[in-house]
Amino acid sequence: MEITVRGLWTLIHGMGFGALYLLAGSAALAELWRRYAPGDMTPLREQDETFLCLWLTAMSVLAWLTVLTGTYVIYPWYRALPPVGTVDLSGYPQRLLLANPTTRGWHAIGMEWKEHVAWLVPISITMAAAVFSQYRRSLRNHPPLRNAVLGFVLISLVAAGLAGFWGAMINKHAPVEGGHTIRILGGES
Amino acid sequence: MSGVPHADAMVTPNGPGAAAALSAGIGSFALAVLACVADKAPAVKALMNIYKPTGPLSGVTTAAILIWLVSWGLLQYLWRRRDVSLGRVCWIGLGLLVLSALLTFPPIGDLL
Repeated sequence: MEITVRGLWTLIHGMGFGALYLLAGSAALAELWRRYAPGDMTPLREQDETFLCLWLTAMSVLAWLTVLTGTYVIYPWYRALPPVGTVDLSGYPQRLLLANPTTRGWHAIGMEWKEHVAWLVPISITMAAAVFSQYRRSLRNHPPLRNAVLGFVLISLVAAGLAGFWGAMINKHAPVEGGHTIRILGGES
Repeated sequence: MSGVPHADAMVTPNGPGAAAALSAGIGSFALAVLACVADKAPAVKALMNIYKPTGPLSGVTTAAILIWLVSWGLLQYLWRRRDVSLGRVCWIGLGLLVLSALLTFPPIGDLL
């Protein structure tokens, strides 16, 4: 069982940081919706608030790690230009997709959307984490702000889901592979 | 939206929260607009190419992040002790974010 360095980075970016973000996001939404409703008199424990604060901060870190590894580690491999005369485009995913009319859309729509919409995620969740860490339980006194935090977290989840969906589909049609091969487990002879 | 000085020191003013929401909307919108402009204007595209392996995406995102952080710092400073029209500001921030998500969708961005 082997994996290339580029394949490993793609895994860390998508199945690591990205998938963890999506999992964490739904929990954050539920907590913010349930516990910070305007007029709710249920007492809030300081430990729970600190936990949610750390949770949102961790989501921000995950979001930043996802877009930074995507933009500066994987994307350059994706958009690399092949030397003139190259016939086998498997090491050049963008060119491989564009070379065939049936796969062209994965780049022209999928990647073009993914590469930009993904950046809305760290902006949104950093806003949510910053506002929550400052207001905590007093969010109940500011319903529009609580709704805005919920809205930003929700949209960040949708944007992350879109980026993840397109990333997975593009990687099925033109995987980012190459670099050294790492042997994980020995197969049967 | 300029707000009034906050009277009750015991209650957290809503200005800093409003600043965070509006600036996030501004930063997102800047990203979407810059992406559209860079896609259509070769001069802007070349200007945005600040890290060659990543191409214009590097400049578009860096510029948008700078616009977001600068607007956040500025609004935070202006509204740090004020209550503003929170509902309106938050809706504008959220509206800009939704608009940005739509503008980054190539078939919509290409209409501009």
